[in-house]
Amino acid sequence: MTDSHPARTPPLLEVAGLTKSFFGVRVLHGIGYSLRAGEALGLVGENGSGKSTTMNILGGVHQPDGGAMLLDSAPYAPAGPGEAIRAGIAFIHQELNLFPNLTIEENLFIDGFPRRSRLIPLIDRAAIRRRTEDLLAQVNLDLKPGTPVARLSQGERQLVEIAKALGRSPKVIIFDEPTTSLTRREVDRLFAIIARLKARGIGIIYISHALEDVMTVCDHVTVLRDGALAGGGRRQDLSVPAIIAMMVGRSIDTVFPPRTVRPRAEEALVVEDLSQPGVAEAISFSIRAGEVLGLAGLMGSGRSELARMIFGLDRFARGRISVAGRPLENPTPITAMEAGIAFLTEDRRSEGLLMGFSVAENMVLTSLPAVAGALGLVDGRKVVDTAVSMARTVHLSTEKVSDTLVKHLSGGNQQKVVIGKWLLRQPAVFILDEPTRGIDVGAKQEVYRIINQLVERGSAVLLISSEIEELIGLSDRILTLCRGELTGGFERSPGPGPGFDREAIMTAATGVAVARTRTGTRDVA
Amino acid sequence: MKIGSRLLLLLLQNAPYVLFVVLLVAFGLMSDRFLAVANFRNIIIQAAPIAILAIGMTFVLLIAHIDLSVGASMYLTASVLALYFTGVPWPVGLAAVAVGGAMIGLVNGLVVTRLGVASFIVTLAMLFILRGIAMWLSNTRMLMFPDAITDLNRTALLGIPSAILAFLVVFALAWVVLHQTPFGRQVYAVGEDPEAARKAGLPVERITLACFVIAGLCAGIGGFVTISQIGAVGPKYGDQVEFAAIAASVLGGVSLFGGRGSVAGTVFGAILIKTVQNGLNIINADPYIYPLVTAAIIFLAVAIDGLRTRILERLEQRTIRPLSEA
Repeated sequence: MTDSHPARTPPLLEVAGLTKSFFGVRVLHGIGYSLRAGEALGLVGENGSGKSTTMNILGGVHQPDGGAMLLDSAPYAPAGPGEAIRAGIAFIHQELNLFPNLTIEENLFIDGFPRRSRLIPLIDRAAIRRRTEDLLAQVNLDLKPGTPVARLSQGERQLVEIAKALGRSPKVIIFDEPTTSLTRREVDRLFAIIARLKARGIGIIYISHALEDVMTVCDHVTVLRDGALAGGGRRQDLSVPAIIAMMVGRSIDTVFPPRTVRPRAEEALVVEDLSQPGVAEAISFSIRAGEVLGLAGLMGSGRSELARMIFGLDRFARGRISVAGRPLENPTPITAMEAGIAFLTEDRRSEGLLMGFSVAENMVLTSLPAVAGALGLVDGRKVVDTAVSMARTVHLSTEKVSDTLVKHLSGGNQQKVVIGKWLLRQPAVFILDEPTRGIDVGAKQEVYRIINQLVERGSAVLLISSEIEELIGLSDRILTLCRGELTGGFERSPGPGPGFDREAIMTAATGVAVARTRTGTRDVA
Repeated sequence: MKIGSRLLLLLLQNAPYVLFVVLLVAFGLMSDRFLAVANFRNIIIQAAPIAILAIGMTFVLLIAHIDLSVGASMYLTASVLALYFTGVPWPVGLAAVAVGGAMIGLVNGLVVTRLGVASFIVTLAMLFILRGIAMWLSNTRMLMFPDAITDLNRTALLGIPSAILAFLVVFALAWVVLHQTPFGRQVYAVGEDPEAARKAGLPVERITLACFVIAGLCAGIGGFVTISQIGAVGPKYGDQVEFAAIAASVLGGVSLFGGRGSVAGTVFGAILIKTVQNGLNIINADPYIYPLVTAAIIFLAVAIDGLRTRILERLEQRTIRPLSEA
């Protein structure tokens, strides 16, 4: 780490004692790292470990509460992203910031076109063409500057983004998960470019869950956990298993309520050979009634896409789905719901709730026929009664379900409203996509209890979560998904203890040493 | 499957041209007067005001906004010109309506950017306000324009009628602004993804404002050309021309979702619409059928835009895993 390197020259970037709190919750506890010119530093850690905040501080998006940063031995405290860019910090985000309707050269100069003269605001096309050709050559991209970005592959677009960064003579380039949507060949090309950038004296910060890639690219690795330094060192002194151990090293608290029932014999949901080019490849699994199946995978692994396909929101090219023994062909959200599938989306704000409506109205939304009285008109009394009893079931602590608007509830209570809404339909299969994201610990435990109630009633639960602990604490089985492919299956081992091999799950989810043959992916049960 | 999509996309992108050729042949077979050179000159003269209006509308549509007030803006500026600028030379009159239109556009843009109200609502309200003021000022009377302005319709420069000249100048300027200036390229960036544009440090609000001003300016100029052609305006003047302008833009390939299209397409769309009306006129079609045919064209244009966008989305879908190779 910082002091493992003999100080021949002062480091390009030196960061010490960074602290940061959001709304009174401390997310960074004294983070420090250093980067030398021409070296690459890997920054790894689980979701929520503080990587993004650390990098957002470097990129000027957030300002730290404490600590200091030195860039080229001078104090560095950017007030905003613009200042960071001017100081020489370039950030290549996972979601690229290009305009596909414009050409490569236009994208490179969109925020500052050279003009033909001071007075006439005409773009100097010849100048941007020359400079674009030069920048594209630096990233080994053999494309005409006038090519529309819409025609470029993901890998090519990323190189364009790098070229754009190079146009501003950066000192440090931050890469955030650069390989998630690249082919292997594109990854190799990217690594060759990174090596060239290093040779030119640019410092690289490389953030990734793909630890093998980190070990290939980086000279040093820093591991974060819960907003603090968990370890790190020179690449030669580290191994992938050692890094994983540093990332996870934490015991699981007993926040998970015990479950009394065992999965039943009958299969509630069977998915066979589900495939969609570019999204999912030959995914097969099944969930039994009364079973919780956990789905582990990194962001961008295709977890949510898989759920959306099953629920009929996205199409798929090939594959079969059946619910409770009955085939569900060409699912649409309506037919999927009729078949007994419920889907708690990852983004409850935009997809799951009508914010300006009351708790009661939201709850009965998907079961309106059930609360209709004579002539098919909605029976207001019945709506309130139904909502009140469901509010009790999901431990929703709101007195006036008919008056309280959903937008006035806390995140945890909003989540309970969505869950209650689906519970009213008594689903055979409940897909929960990140059910506890952004809600506090107390509300989390309530959600866990509801999940237990669900399986006790005989529903099957597909649980998608970024928190491995949550999966380990709740699941009967766990599948790992990486780049749209199932890479492992794990069954809870009986007796005391966590029940799952956490590191093995992490390993499979990051796609390292795919253990397909050993664990099998089809018939884990 | 992908190749099929691309072929369909190619057809959809060129659908207006296919339609144009079909119309030319059809009307040509029905009347020998239709394909005469003089008739085409007529079509372009008739299309000039709508084309100018539609060019302004294109700027607003490119940033995924809309301006429904341009027709009402034409009516108000024309009324003010007739009532309070009597006897001025035509360049002063033109400047007056152009500046008036631009000011109205500025107000639209300010309300949209500062208050964050949807442009559809802002400009719809503006439509009623402007029309109301104009009717109040004119007592809904027919207003006449002096010869100084109507003579322009019979004037030509180098053999080019003044209406066509005005249209060519506006078209050329708009094309250069959109394709050769930093502002023009930034308009496309904002229309494609305002959030990304903001992150890239572009002045999104200022660009939005400028597009509304340009739409208002074009409404003023287009209105002036119309005045010179018809010589008098009444309460129905400029009514619903905003829809013709939007239809012309969309027919010409401008997406209502922003970021795609060009003024060249828009001009073509305006000419296509006027060709249909001219053709119907020449074959003595029932006047009641005109709105139906215009409506059918607008519907077709919007349907094509929707389909095109859907296919583009499918073609540009984000992938998690590589499509080929393992």
